[in-house]
Amino acid sequence: MKPKLRIENVFKIFGERPEEALKALEQGKSKLEILEETGQTVGVKGVSFEVNEGEIFVVMGLSGSGKSTLVRMLNGLIPATSGRILIDNEDVTRCSAERLRNIRRNKIAMVFQHFALFPHKTVLENVAYGLKIKGEAAHRRREKALKALEQVGLAAYADSMPGELSGGMQQRVGLARGLATDPEILLMDEPFSALDPLIRREMQEELLHLQKVLNKTIIFITHDLNEALLLGDKIAIMKDGAFVQVGTAQEIVDRPADEYVAAFVADVDRGRVFQASHVAGRPVTVEQSEIGAAEKALQLMEKHNRNALYVVDKGKVAGVVAYQELAVAAREEGRTDLKEVMVTDVPVVHPETPLNELYAAASAGYPIAMTDSHGRLVGVIEVEAVFSQLSGCASENGATSGNECASQAKTQGSQDRNVQPR
Amino acid sequence: MFSPADLVQIPIDDWVNSLVRDFLVPNFRSFFRALQAPVTSVLNWVDAFLHWLPMLAVTAILTVIADRTAGRGVAIFTLLALSFIDMTGLWPETMTTLSMVITSVLFCAVMGIPLGIWAARSDRVLFVMRPILDIMQTIPSFVYLVPIVMLFGVGMVPGIIATIIFALPPIVRLTNLGIRNVRADLIEAAEAFGSTGWQMLWEVQIPLALRTIMAGLNQTLMLALSMVVIAALIGAGGLGLTVYTGLGRLNVGAATAGGIGIVLLAIILDRITQALGEKNSETAPSLWQTLCSLFSWGLEAKQEKDKTA
Repeated sequence: MKPKLRIENVFKIFGERPEEALKALEQGKSKLEILEETGQTVGVKGVSFEVNEGEIFVVMGLSGSGKSTLVRMLNGLIPATSGRILIDNEDVTRCSAERLRNIRRNKIAMVFQHFALFPHKTVLENVAYGLKIKGEAAHRRREKALKALEQVGLAAYADSMPGELSGGMQQRVGLARGLATDPEILLMDEPFSALDPLIRREMQEELLHLQKVLNKTIIFITHDLNEALLLGDKIAIMKDGAFVQVGTAQEIVDRPADEYVAAFVADVDRGRVFQASHVAGRPVTVEQSEIGAAEKALQLMEKHNRNALYVVDKGKVAGVVAYQELAVAAREEGRTDLKEVMVTDVPVVHPETPLNELYAAASAGYPIAMTDSHGRLVGVIEVEAVFSQLSGCASENGATSGNECASQAKTQGSQDRNVQPR
Repeated sequence: MFSPADLVQIPIDDWVNSLVRDFLVPNFRSFFRALQAPVTSVLNWVDAFLHWLPMLAVTAILTVIADRTAGRGVAIFTLLALSFIDMTGLWPETMTTLSMVITSVLFCAVMGIPLGIWAARSDRVLFVMRPILDIMQTIPSFVYLVPIVMLFGVGMVPGIIATIIFALPPIVRLTNLGIRNVRADLIEAAEAFGSTGWQMLWEVQIPLALRTIMAGLNQTLMLALSMVVIAALIGAGGLGLTVYTGLGRLNVGAATAGGIGIVLLAIILDRITQALGEKNSETAPSLWQTLCSLFSWGLEAKQEKDKTA
């Protein structure tokens, strides 16, 4: 897929003489040394990344890491010192002021940390601002703005003033304002940081929900790792103006690039980061109608060292048989019909189910069946795999000591996680 | 004793004399005369209109404006004060003064607001403009009355020009301040949506600076009123002339009557313009909303809104 947004080796130096600072950076000097020697502040140094259409790319970093500067360079609010920023292969850093304005009007919208709603305009006028700037007719403006307000569930407040709304509602208006011009790219600069935790959670879920419908390319800035892990298709961890690691939530939690990232992810709720598909193993199954199914099932279980096995009926889950029961029935009593010993009330989950929602399914005592949207069995989750993933040692033999885990986590590939999550 | 004056003497008075008398007046008199044409036409129009309107009409209009903007108290005060002025027999002079003040404030606004905007957009412009504004505000007005008379002659219009010089700085300063104080994140938001400079100005900066600009207008108005007597020195009429003549003839009574007229006019105009500035920034119910809430359908609409909340 062609990337929607490509950033190539972008630098930002604040100060009068950026060349000096760039030279010093080449010599490998640190941000602090450069500030002392040249008086120039390094905002962003050598950042490159790509974002595909419909992706949420989260930049996570603490304050002063340069993440807000980075996002403002994407729409030219802060001009980059060097490097290229390509939106649909057009370089934002080199286009004319007129062209940049056009890009801002049509392609790229922004949502701000402190909402930045115009206090003298009604909610509707705020949402319609981008459309007004583009010169759209009043009735079309109203129509589109109302539609955007409906998307965030605030159509009833169209004629209120922003000051009359709560923080969460104000940010919904901010989001609607960003969506009203139907941009392809949405820049969100810590949009939920100023909200209290409950509202923040609600807004995060709403954003994900909206994104399913809208499929925008979103650059999301945050200082909250949990928010980053929840929202990001790809996450970049930023420190001192540079990216430390870029990857999916699972990659970052599982294989932190350095100690800085490791310290961040140390107390992350892994149960929410990892999903059923990450711990599921390839299903070993036996077809219900097969001749000699019982014996085959027993042999398979012996071979794979399992104590339960899923029985499928044309790909769909029919039930589960336990080794002990089947062995007694088939080998001692000679009853070879699987249906007699099969348990049909089996725990079933979806690949996207987060691990922390597997507890109920795990309590049945059987491995958990993972099915796709058509009900086909695509994976089987052993309860031990869930626990070892949650404890941070996703290895087959279930290593327990913390240090071992960390080293193993890096070397161990995804041999047991070969099921496509999406 | 030695003093620097022994070495060099600066005959600044001669310099200025020759500059004004021998250079500006002979060469540019017609230019300055032409400059006053717009002031003259606006003044004539306003003056004629105010004198043409019957006293009761002016009183009614001002009372209604006061009621709409500043509330019932100020409206009652306006009614009583204007009636009082009429009873003292100074109504025509008051209208002359009012037309002078309106004209000079109008020109101050027309020049001062754009100057303020310009200063707000460029630090360099502000750097140059600030000392000029300081001079305009602090230099005693008598200093520039003489060259004004030499260049523009005597009468109402030179009086207004002197008033403009004196009253212009606050509106420039406060326009500049108001625009510079607009929250940076709002400017950034407007920019992020692709606003041009003009769109930014009209949609965001001026509306948000309006309260401060109105405060500047109020200050300018007050300064213009305070110049009324001084302008009378160079032939401007109105209440200022009444005070000035009273002074010249030791007629305490006439001077007091004129003075009271100026004060009453000042209070009325001050309260109205102040209220205008405050009204604009309010997000509280507007006059229309208040009226609506008096009627049942307005109440219903409000209740419905509350329900959805």
